[in-house]
Amino acid sequence: MIAALTTPRLVHPGAWWLWALGLAVAAARTTNPLLLLMIAVAAGVVVAERRVPGPWGRSYIAFAKFGLLVIAIRVVLEIFLGAPNFGPTLFSLPEIPLPEWMAGVQLGGPVTVAGLLQAVFDGLRIAVLLVCIGAANSLVNPSRLLRIVPAALYEVGVAVVVCMSTAPILVSDAARIREARRLRGRSTSGLRSWSQMAMPLFSGALERSVALAASMDSRGYGRTAGIPRKARLTTSALLLLGLIGMLIGLYGLLDGSTPGVAGVTVIGWPMLLLGVALAATGSLLAGKRVSRTRYRPDIWGLPEWLIVTCGVIPAVGFVLLGSNPALTGPTYPFGWPEIPLAALPLLLVAALPAVLAPPLPRQNDAANEQQPERTAVTA
Amino acid sequence: MISFDQVTFSYQDATEPVLRNVSMEIPEGELALVVGHTGKGKSTLLNLVNGMAPHFTGGTLAGRVSVADRSTADFAPREMADLVGVVRQDPAAGFVTDIVEDELAYTMESLAVPADVMRRRVEETLDLLGLASLRNRPLRTLSGGERQRVAIGSVMTAQPSVLVLDEPTSALDPQAAEEVLAAIQRFVHDLGLTVLMSEHRLERVVQYADSVVCLTGRGEVTRDSNPAHAMISAPVAPPVVELGRWAGWDPLPLSIRDARRQAASLRQDISVRITDVPNVETGSESETTEAVADVSHASINRGGRVVLRSIDFRVSPGEVVALMGRNGSGKSTFLQMLSGSTSPSAGQVSVRGLNPTQLEGTELVTTVGMVPQEPALMLWAESVEAECAAADRTSELADGSTLALFQRLRADIDPQMHPRDLSEGTRLALVVALVASAAPDLLLLDEPTRGLDYSAKVTLTELLRELAAHGQAVVVATHDVELVAAVCTRVVMIGDGDIVLDADANTAATASPAFAPQVAKVLNPLPLLTLAAVQAAVATEPHRPSDGAVR
Repeated sequence: MIAALTTPRLVHPGAWWLWALGLAVAAARTTNPLLLLMIAVAAGVVVAERRVPGPWGRSYIAFAKFGLLVIAIRVVLEIFLGAPNFGPTLFSLPEIPLPEWMAGVQLGGPVTVAGLLQAVFDGLRIAVLLVCIGAANSLVNPSRLLRIVPAALYEVGVAVVVCMSTAPILVSDAARIREARRLRGRSTSGLRSWSQMAMPLFSGALERSVALAASMDSRGYGRTAGIPRKARLTTSALLLLGLIGMLIGLYGLLDGSTPGVAGVTVIGWPMLLLGVALAATGSLLAGKRVSRTRYRPDIWGLPEWLIVTCGVIPAVGFVLLGSNPALTGPTYPFGWPEIPLAALPLLLVAALPAVLAPPLPRQNDAANEQQPERTAVTA
Repeated sequence: MISFDQVTFSYQDATEPVLRNVSMEIPEGELALVVGHTGKGKSTLLNLVNGMAPHFTGGTLAGRVSVADRSTADFAPREMADLVGVVRQDPAAGFVTDIVEDELAYTMESLAVPADVMRRRVEETLDLLGLASLRNRPLRTLSGGERQRVAIGSVMTAQPSVLVLDEPTSALDPQAAEEVLAAIQRFVHDLGLTVLMSEHRLERVVQYADSVVCLTGRGEVTRDSNPAHAMISAPVAPPVVELGRWAGWDPLPLSIRDARRQAASLRQDISVRITDVPNVETGSESETTEAVADVSHASINRGGRVVLRSIDFRVSPGEVVALMGRNGSGKSTFLQMLSGSTSPSAGQVSVRGLNPTQLEGTELVTTVGMVPQEPALMLWAESVEAECAAADRTSELADGSTLALFQRLRADIDPQMHPRDLSEGTRLALVVALVASAAPDLLLLDEPTRGLDYSAKVTLTELLRELAAHGQAVVVATHDVELVAAVCTRVVMIGDGDIVLDADANTAATASPAFAPQVAKVLNPLPLLTLAAVQAAVATEPHRPSDGAVR
C-alpha cells in the first residue's frame, strides 16, 4: 500500500482536477482573506512538490498574477463605480451626475474603507479560484486531460488538440510573414499591410489544416466500424447534457448565495449528481460499441482516491461551516480576521497531496523545454 | 501487392488527364522508386494507392487501383489505414498529438487495436527506429530527421503491408537522410514491406531501389524492375548516372562504388590531360576588393543558448558562398543576421557599410535580397503579374522588368496564375525573380534547392552564376553538395555556432567526402566536381594545363 503511494507515476488527470475543484468550492465559500490565502498556499505547496516540467508547470504563477490583476480591477471599479457604503469615508471623488435611466449606477462620490475592503476581499476570492485552476494546470498537462474525454466526445477532443497545437504555429508564422514583408521592402505597420499579411497567414493555416485532415483520414480517423448514426447521436447528447448539468451543479456549489435549504443549495449537489448520472450513462453506451481503443489509459488507484478525498473534505467542511461568521472578511467595523479553529485541519488536509501523491517519473530528456530551430517544410 | 489496372486519372477543370491508362503490378517486398519531373503526377500516383485520390483530392478515376485485392473504389482511405501507411512531404503537418509516444499509438487507436498489443508494438517501433530516447519528447522539439522517423513509425505501428513515402529525405541534411533511409531499408529487408517512394534527391536513393516507376510526362507510366536499365532513359537522373550515360558505361552504375569500378580508364585518361588543379575561381581576393558584407565578432544568443559565437566573415563582389552545416547549426540565423532580420547580441554586421537592421523599403531591397526557406511566405498578391508589378514599384524599376526576369526562369507560366497554384519549384523561381530583379548587392538564399528537380536546379545555377558575374555577392545556405559543386566559389561550414571551415569550393569538395559531389567521389583524387568539368577536361589536349572553363 505504501508502494502505491511512493512509486513514481503520473496521477490520473481527473484526480487532480477534482482536488482543485474541491479547493475552489472551499474558497468560494469565504471572503476571509486569511483563509483564502491559506487555501492558495495549500495549493501552492502541492504544486511546488508535484508540478509537471515544461511551460504548463508554470501555470500556477501565471494564474496567480492574473488573480492580482483581478483584485486590482475590482478595486478600481469600486473606487469609481462603488455604491455608497457605510462607515468612515476615506476620500471623495467628484460625483458625476448621470441621466435618470442609469439610476442604479453612481460615478465617483465618496469612497469608504469598508467598500474598499469589501472589493479587496471579493477580488481575492476570485483570485484564489483562479489559483486553484492554475494549480490543476500546473499538475496536469491539459493534453492529458483531453485524453480522458469520453469516446463519444472524441471529435470535440480532437478539435481542441488540433487548436492547441496550431495556435503557437500561427504566432510564429505571423512573425515570419512580417519579416518576409520587410525583406520585400514593404511597410510592416498600418491597417493595409496587416490585411495583406493576413492573406498568406490564413491560406497557410488552411493548407496546414487540409494536410492534417488528409493525414488523419489516411491514418484511420473516423472509422465508424458500423455504429449506427442514431446511437452515436444519443450518446453524444447524453454526455453533453451531463456535462452541462455538472457545470450548473458546480456553479451552485461555488456560489453560496443560490437559494438553499439548511446551507445546502438546491441547484448544487442535485444538479451535479444528475449531470454525473447522465454522463455516466452516455459513457457506458459509448463504451458498448468500441470503435477505437486508448493507448496507455490513465490508471485510477489508491492515490487518486486519496487525492480526491483531500479535495472533497475541505469543500464539504467549508460548506458545513457556511453559517460561521468568521468565514466573512470583517469590513466594518474593521478588525483582524479570525480563523475558525475547525478550518485549520481542513486546510491541512487540502495540502496533504504534496506528500500523498506519487512523485512524477523522471524524464530522460533535459531537452524538454528547449526548442531547436524550426526546420519546416512546405508541402 | 499494389496493382494498377488501366488507370486514368484527371482532376476537375483539367483539360488532360494526369495519368493515362496506367497498368502495373508492384510485387510484395519491393522498394519501388517513382521518378519523374515535378508536376508530372508523382504525388497523384502516390495518392491513388490508398484512395486519397480521388476520395480526398477530388477528380475522376477510371480503371482500378487495388492493394491486396482491396479496391480504392470500394474502400475509403480510412478503411485502408490498416493496409497502407502514408507519410507525406512535411511530416510535421500530419502530426495529430503532441508527444512522440502518443503519435506512434494514434493510428492503432483509430484501428481499435487492443491496449496490450498497442503497448508492445510501440515499444518495438521505438527500438526499430531508434526513437527510444525520444519517447516523452514533445513533437515540436524534434529535428527534421527525428520527425520523419516518428512519422514513419506512426504508420508502421499499424503494421501495414504497404508504405507510401512522398519525398522522405528532400528536406533533410545528409546525416538525417541516412537515418531515415536506414530505417526504410530495415523495414523492407526484415519485414518484407512493400514501399512506394518518390524522391527528388535520386542520388540518395536510387541504389536502394528494386524497381523504378517512371513518369515520362503526358500521363504515361512505365515500371522497370531493372533500375540500371530504367535510368538509361529516365527523364531525371543523379550526377553519377549522368556521368555513366555520358561515358557509355554498361551496366549503368547507380552507386559510387559501381561507378568507381568502371571509371578506372576514364580516370587514367583524364589524369594525363590535366597536370594541375584547375584553379578557375580567381575573383575572390577579399583583401583587394571592398567587401559587400562584413561581419566581425558577431554573436547571437537565443533563450540562453549560443546560436552563433563570435563570427568573422567577409564576402566580396562576385563570390558565391555556400553556407553548410547540419540542421540547427545556425545557418538560417546567420542569413537572418545578414539580412537584418536579427541583430547580433554582440559584434558588428555591415552590408555595403550600412547596418542591415536599419534598412527599409527601396534601400533595403537594392542592398540585401533574401529568399527565405518557405518562399510562399513572401507572396500575397492575387497573380504572378501583380507580384511582379509590386516588386517593380518597390525597386523603382521599369514596368515589366521583374516579370521579364521571371519569364526567363519559367517561360511557360501564365502571368495571371495565382501564386498559390504554382508548383514549389516555380514558386521559388518567382520569389528569386522578385528578389533578384532589384539587383541587391548581397543575395541570400536559404535552402533554395529543396523540392527542386534536376532541371530546375540547372536554371537556378545559371541565374546565380550570372548574378555573380555582374558583381553581386551570393550566400546560399544548403545541404546540396551538387549545387555547391556547380556554382559556389567558397564553402563556409558552421558547426555549433562556430565557423569550422572556410575554404575554396574546389579544395573543400575534394578534401572531404562530406562535401564531395558524386562526380568528385567517382573520380577521386582528380579535382573534377561536375560532368561539365569532366567533359571539358577530356576535350583538352593531353599534358597541358587546363586553361579554364572547368565549370
